[in-house]
Amino acid sequence: MIVELGHYALVLGLVLSLAQMVVPMIGLRTNDARMLSVAPSLTVATFLVIAVSFAALTWAYVTSDFSVRNVWANSFSDKPMIFKITGVWGNHEGSMLLWILTLALFGALVAFFGGNLPSRLKAAVLSVQGSVTVAFALFILLTSNPFERLSPPPLEGRDLNPILQDIGLAIHPPLLYLGYVGFSICFSFAVAALIEGRIDAAWARWVRPWTLVSWVFLTAGISMGSYWAYYELGWGGWWFWDPVENASFMPWLIGTALLHSALVMEKREAMKVWTILLAILAFSFSLLGTFLVRSGVLTSVHSFATDPQRGLFILMILVFFIGGSLILFALRAGTLRNGGMFHPVSREGALVLNNLFLTTATATVLVGTLYPLLVEAVSGEKISVGAPYFNYTFIPLMIPLLMAVPFGPLLAWKRGNLAAAAERLWLVAAISLVAALAIAWLAYDAPVLSAFAYALAFWLVIGSFADILQKAGFVRNGWSKGWARLRGLPRANWGTALAHAGLGITTLGIVGVTTLEDETVLRMTPGETTSFAGYDVAFNSLTPGKGPNFTYDKGIFTISRDGRVIGTVEPEKRVYVASRMPTTEAGIQTVGLFSQYYLALGDAVEGSEDIVVRIWWKPWVTLIWYGTVIMVAAGLISLSDRRLRIGAPVAARRRRDEALAAAKAEPAE
Amino acid sequence: MTRKQKRFAVIFSALAVLGGAVALVLTGLSEQVTFFRTPTDIVSTANASENDGRLRLGGLVVMGSVETLDDAAVRFAIEDANHAVTVRYAGILPDLFREGQGIVAEGMLQPDGTFRADTVLAKHDETYMPREVADALKEQGVWKGEAAGDASASSEY
Repeated sequence: MIVELGHYALVLGLVLSLAQMVVPMIGLRTNDARMLSVAPSLTVATFLVIAVSFAALTWAYVTSDFSVRNVWANSFSDKPMIFKITGVWGNHEGSMLLWILTLALFGALVAFFGGNLPSRLKAAVLSVQGSVTVAFALFILLTSNPFERLSPPPLEGRDLNPILQDIGLAIHPPLLYLGYVGFSICFSFAVAALIEGRIDAAWARWVRPWTLVSWVFLTAGISMGSYWAYYELGWGGWWFWDPVENASFMPWLIGTALLHSALVMEKREAMKVWTILLAILAFSFSLLGTFLVRSGVLTSVHSFATDPQRGLFILMILVFFIGGSLILFALRAGTLRNGGMFHPVSREGALVLNNLFLTTATATVLVGTLYPLLVEAVSGEKISVGAPYFNYTFIPLMIPLLMAVPFGPLLAWKRGNLAAAAERLWLVAAISLVAALAIAWLAYDAPVLSAFAYALAFWLVIGSFADILQKAGFVRNGWSKGWARLRGLPRANWGTALAHAGLGITTLGIVGVTTLEDETVLRMTPGETTSFAGYDVAFNSLTPGKGPNFTYDKGIFTISRDGRVIGTVEPEKRVYVASRMPTTEAGIQTVGLFSQYYLALGDAVEGSEDIVVRIWWKPWVTLIWYGTVIMVAAGLISLSDRRLRIGAPVAARRRRDEALAAAKAEPAE
Repeated sequence: MTRKQKRFAVIFSALAVLGGAVALVLTGLSEQVTFFRTPTDIVSTANASENDGRLRLGGLVVMGSVETLDDAAVRFAIEDANHAVTVRYAGILPDLFREGQGIVAEGMLQPDGTFRADTVLAKHDETYMPREVADALKEQGVWKGEAAGDASASSEY
């Protein structure tokens, strides 16, 4: 009964979203205020019924109702409760329901927080958002119905893919969806602005918080996915340039560009057309990602069961929304008047440079991701484009961008002084170089060339704070006054500095683990001790056991250095009862704060007690994720800035801006 | 700087970056991609240079061919309908690597005709075969279709 209710609610969601799309649009045409004013209520109603639908499916999972095909195929009665719940989105149908729930949620948030939006713009935004909801609700109902029943109902389910029975599934997909579905709001704002033919700095002030929210979630989602893959797959890698990783990385790159270009638009009313285009592209890449993941056109570690009909349907959605919005863009972009001019060396110029590199890098990733499809279609030859290509093209584009990052915030709007900025940064450059040389040469005897990569990372981390340190003016004002000024800086300034520093810390982790990591594969007998990367690893025992829905063989290893025990790791090989599927659980010991010792078990060697063990030494690896955590925190800090706060009274904002401008000789932020 | 010069500076730097990127992409796509080969492709090719560089070798793991060597490396053979190639891999095989299963090994062909893999991929799901392997076997007419079971049921994130 509850399952049918969920199905019914989803159909109702389709109908309501159809109304959400059509009614305000008619209102816009006829300038009917009543029709415009129902848009928010319709949007909230759409969200509520889809939430009911999602809750119904969750209920079916929680109660292990195997008469529902989707539950039978992806659940098991002995599975721990947390994995029963996360199993809702551990499959194609359920995850699409989460997708559309997120879509409706963002619409509802705009309806809820959009009190001070012009009513026409708000109605247009919600209408466009409604049209996306319609498309995906149709997709779910026609091709991927999660509420389908089985008759007769089976006694036991087939269980969720064991790799997904991990806390990572509880965190990674919801965050990721909040991120890339969140860009739908930017898309809706862009299309609404094109429909209305009007765009100004107020529009950018509206779009930027939504971009920031999506960006924060997407950053967190990608980073969590990376850590999940790192510890769960047992391959010891943290990024594989897998097509599906690329599918989430491209919206991130474009979203990052959008975040920066919206800033120019907000402050200077320049780059309007470009910002609109980026807002459209960010969501287009999200749609492309959805298509790549669900259609199975590319070989990937992530893949859902594929069905050509689904792929075709999403392709149609993709063509309609991307094509439609780009046509609208081509027709209307010319009517948007561009704002202030600026000198190439200026804050605007730096942000243009940022956008140039980010979009170019996105293009190279896109080409690499789609090239195998193109080649296969043209010549029938099967190729794969992997890490070598992406490292070869992406890294050279990132190096100049990362070098330029500390300069950006130091340049003034309209016309900056590069020499003055360089003068402020020379100390940073000197410190970075010395630190890098020290690491590359003294501590680790790595190739001296890698010193450049370390220097770049330090340059980013330290240089990111140059702007706020300069604003504090410790030298000029003394410690106490400088400290007070530092605390009084707008949070957005802190956000910028921390986000850039976080990027630097991630870079440092990447450089560290890439240049210094080491690995070995060996046969070990219980009782044996081996020495690797300066640590001793004792293989104590291999013991079998039984978990809730799996059996395992657990190896117990003690890691020590110079006789001092660092820790014990317990890598496992599991076999899940229902699916008979084996999995590997890596054993990871963090050494110091940032480095990890990573063990994975292989197969037992026939005719002996030996087992194959693969050991990695991963120096500084956790910095990769600490850096992203700092970026997320920076995004949140920035979001809490009064000037970005949605609905902050305009008058108060103006007063504050004036006060800031008066307090400082150099421009605020 | 005049308005014209400013615009020129921006456009020029944009073109420079784009030009650099295009050059990288073109050389990257000609040198850094990995071609997919079946054992038959490798054995029967007339032109040996086609087997140079990184390759992805796909096929079924020959029954009874998997053995662990003294240095913990693994040796096994990959076959298709006509030929088999011996693969040596130092690393841990993926969980779903089994004899008789379709897998892809990535690495280089050695002068002695064996294949040295640095990566071995098996699909992370019971019922699926790597797409390239499935297609290649279909072409050779030995593909028996998707394994029994409901396609929509097996999924992976």
